[in-house]
Amino acid sequence: MAWFKKTREQKIDKKVKIPEGLWVKCENCKEIVYKKEIEKNLKVCPKCNYHFRISAMERLDLIVDEGSFVEINPEVTSGDPLGFKDTIPYRDRVKEYQKRSGLREAIITGDALINGYPVVIAVMDFSFHGGSMGSAVGEKIVRAAELAMEKKIPLVTVASSGGARMQEGIFSLMQMAKTSAAIGRLKEAGILYISILSDPTFGGVTASFAMLGDVIIAEPKSLIGFAGQRVIEQTIKQQLPENFQRAEFFLEHGMIDMVVDRKDLKETLGMLIGHLSSAPQ
Amino acid sequence: MKYYLEFEKPLEELETKIDELKRLSDGKDLDITSEIKKLEKKAKERRSEIFSNLSPWQKTMIARHPDRPYTLDYISLIARDFIELHGDRRFADDPSLVGGFGRIKDVTFMIIGHQKGRGTKERIYRNFGQPHPEGYRKTLRLMKLAERFRRPILTFIDTPGAFPGIGAEERGQAEAIATNLMEMSRLKTPIISVVIGEGGSGGAIALGVADRLYMLEHSVYSVISPEGCAAILWKKSGEIGPEEFSKAAEALRITAYDLLKFKVIDEVIPEPLGGAHRDPAFTAERIAETVMRALEEMKTKTPSKLVDERYRRLRKIGIFEEGVSDTQ
Repeated sequence: MAWFKKTREQKIDKKVKIPEGLWVKCENCKEIVYKKEIEKNLKVCPKCNYHFRISAMERLDLIVDEGSFVEINPEVTSGDPLGFKDTIPYRDRVKEYQKRSGLREAIITGDALINGYPVVIAVMDFSFHGGSMGSAVGEKIVRAAELAMEKKIPLVTVASSGGARMQEGIFSLMQMAKTSAAIGRLKEAGILYISILSDPTFGGVTASFAMLGDVIIAEPKSLIGFAGQRVIEQTIKQQLPENFQRAEFFLEHGMIDMVVDRKDLKETLGMLIGHLSSAPQ
Repeated sequence: MKYYLEFEKPLEELETKIDELKRLSDGKDLDITSEIKKLEKKAKERRSEIFSNLSPWQKTMIARHPDRPYTLDYISLIARDFIELHGDRRFADDPSLVGGFGRIKDVTFMIIGHQKGRGTKERIYRNFGQPHPEGYRKTLRLMKLAERFRRPILTFIDTPGAFPGIGAEERGQAEAIATNLMEMSRLKTPIISVVIGEGGSGGAIALGVADRLYMLEHSVYSVISPEGCAAILWKKSGEIGPEEFSKAAEALRITAYDLLKFKVIDEVIPEPLGGAHRDPAFTAERIAETVMRALEEMKTKTPSKLVDERYRRLRKIGIFEEGVSDTQ
């Protein structure tokens, strides 16, 4: 199986990136697990099947055909429409994230092949400003949708986000409408849109393009929702149920189509696109 | 009893005195009449002094004022033959969102809005204007009904936000909002939206994808409440209170004039001195005028041109940089 070979290669450069500690604690089951074992397992906990958060680049490696990804609009980055400043100016905060993550924004977009099928793909990265959606993220999603329309190929998005980017105020709220409108046009043009939700997907991202997929897939145990758990607890003054807002909870309530293990994600995408595409390459 | 906000306190004494004198006077005692006139002039001066210098946080307080007119108040002031329609046909009726047909200056509109409720009992019944998914699904059903019969849509935005609760999540709060955003962007009939009080984030924009977007002078529209923003930014460094809320309200740029400057809204609709609740009829008339003027502009457009222009309005919202040296 192709995906298995590829991850072995990934393992090597990941080891370089994260030098500290041989053991990690699983965020879900709290078990202490040998790091190498997790990495060999596509960053999935071998004890409880918790899917650790992965970077946008790792995600791309996992689901697109090797060497097929060509990035579009890498130069689109955040502005500072409000002149926002909290403890540090927003501009500096963005620069800090750029330095730390090697990314320029919380999303990477481009075209690629999935099992030979051409797609436009947009992948969010939670490590960049909590994957939050501001003007630049919104614009990149819209341009990706427009490219999918132009090329008449499916759009695939992978969400991982705390929601709208507060530091851009009303402009970030408006990105919800802007991205949803672009998806609306895509659907009217008869283009397939698959949305993948990964841990975590919240707020303005869930309440816009991420929940508008023709097919919606989530990774096991991912936290997904509109309102954050602390806000809900404070509002209703009740303890939340055990699996509340987990991917499985959303599946049970009919909000998503399926929960798919990381190792099966690429195959699943390929199969879906295959059903709805007439011309594989 | 009038309700006075903290920063209006200097007025309270004056106006209470005026009311008292008015009660005592029979209109014939010239001394009292002239005293009343003097005090009224003074009160008006004080009021315009206070209201010409409102901070964003003070505006937020006015936008949330317990006496502020709500959707149903404006409907009763500007629309004739209003018939409210109920239910999403899937789960329930949500009283925090209302909608129905009504006639404004001889044009039948589908009028939809958040409804906060007055007094404890109604507030609870209306869930303080915080909708559940079924509320948004009801509004979409009504908007599609309006589209089928080519009736324009008018929405009033006034909510702290969509309700954060277990049932709301179970029934797909995010999906309901997202679907409204997408569907509203494609509706083949004019949509006019007015923020009349609080425009609270996703719960607000779910009624706000429009051909024309207006805000009342003292309303606010924001991605997060000043309290929520302050909690995220400063909670770690200790207790937060009005001072932090005020700072957050300032930083978020949530007032009508901010959004006008950003070209996110089309116009600011003026309110009477002291806020909409001081003269609801005046405010309602300004709203009706603005809405009819907007409709006039859209009447001549074909449905596909309307939808196209609506998309282009949204498409260009956003401030970002492109290219390494390009700074805005």
